[in-house]
Amino acid sequence: MPPRIAQIRLVKSHPHVYAPCDDSYALVDALLADRKKLIDHNPTICMEVGCGSGYVITSLALILKSESNSPHFFATDINPHATRVTRETLEAHGVHAEIVTTNIASGLEKRLAGMVDVMVVNPPYVPTPEEEVGGGGLSAAWAGGENGRSVIDKILPVADNLLSDKGWLYMLFLAANDPLQICLEMRDKGYGAKIVVQRSTEEETLHVIKFWREFDNQVDGGEAGSTPKSAPQRGWDFIFSQLSRLSFREMR
Amino acid sequence: MRLLTHNMLSSNIKGVINGFPLRIEVEKVVEKQVDFNPDFLKNMFSKIDWKALADASKIMGYAELPEEVPDASVLDSDEFLQKFHHALLELHLEEGALVCPETGRRFPVNKGIPNMLLHEDEV
Repeated sequence: MPPRIAQIRLVKSHPHVYAPCDDSYALVDALLADRKKLIDHNPTICMEVGCGSGYVITSLALILKSESNSPHFFATDINPHATRVTRETLEAHGVHAEIVTTNIASGLEKRLAGMVDVMVVNPPYVPTPEEEVGGGGLSAAWAGGENGRSVIDKILPVADNLLSDKGWLYMLFLAANDPLQICLEMRDKGYGAKIVVQRSTEEETLHVIKFWREFDNQVDGGEAGSTPKSAPQRGWDFIFSQLSRLSFREMR
Repeated sequence: MRLLTHNMLSSNIKGVINGFPLRIEVEKVVEKQVDFNPDFLKNMFSKIDWKALADASKIMGYAELPEEVPDASVLDSDEFLQKFHHALLELHLEEGALVCPETGRRFPVNKGIPNMLLHEDEV
């Protein structure tokens, strides 16, 4: 039996809530690609920032539910319609997440710091005029400001604060967001990175990048163990070559 | 909203220093059964502000938790874990509000979802 994810027919919809689309599918595909690792990771707390229709957090809950040791899930969205729809989508699938209507993780940042083992984010990444960012309705789901980076650049430090020592972040980017630069900034904060899914549609090139804190004794997102010491650098060379090729393709 | 979430939320208004714990105003509490998971509870025990949890569960109508912070040895007791489980995960604030202890600002809770969005002059 294939692993269960959210079923589109059970995902609730609302005129002011972003419906699952190519980007949502890419993010869930990344979680499915990492399914075994996620289960072995044995997270205590998982979180989605910007849960929209609830498609992604419901899928993550279903992926991790198969095991006896179910984690606790949080989901946030700035759009009150979205948090209500997320609750309905979760209930339609018989799973639970604690939902908070808030800007990114405001209100949770103090007490939840260092506790999140898995975080997933499909941010508003579409380049738009700056004044379109942060509206309360549907536009909050996609309006990303200059280079689509306005909200992404606010989320990354919050994620850094919330992630536990073993925390993983799965985040979706558009080529226009300059994911290579994002990876370099995250490396400066001590993170390793890896492309889990990359996909080109007619309109856009999407990649889901996984970040994890790098310590001397832990490399490559829990795939440590037999990995020789030079591996982190090799990993970086690889991601650089992947992302530079993508940027190059976009430019042509 | 579970009390675990209450335990993780604090007032996010600009300038507020001591925004935790938020005072709970109860309109409607519902109980939902959750699979008992002792490992999860043992993981969470050290992260929970005990007094906030004990006070909150009392307001929600469940007065079985010890008021003082229990010693970690209680985690061997199944009876304790069951009570901890019930208070942390099974009591839901379905309708009501969370109130900032410093400013008195109310954050509404509707359909079990707290709304922590701030007004422009609070950010």
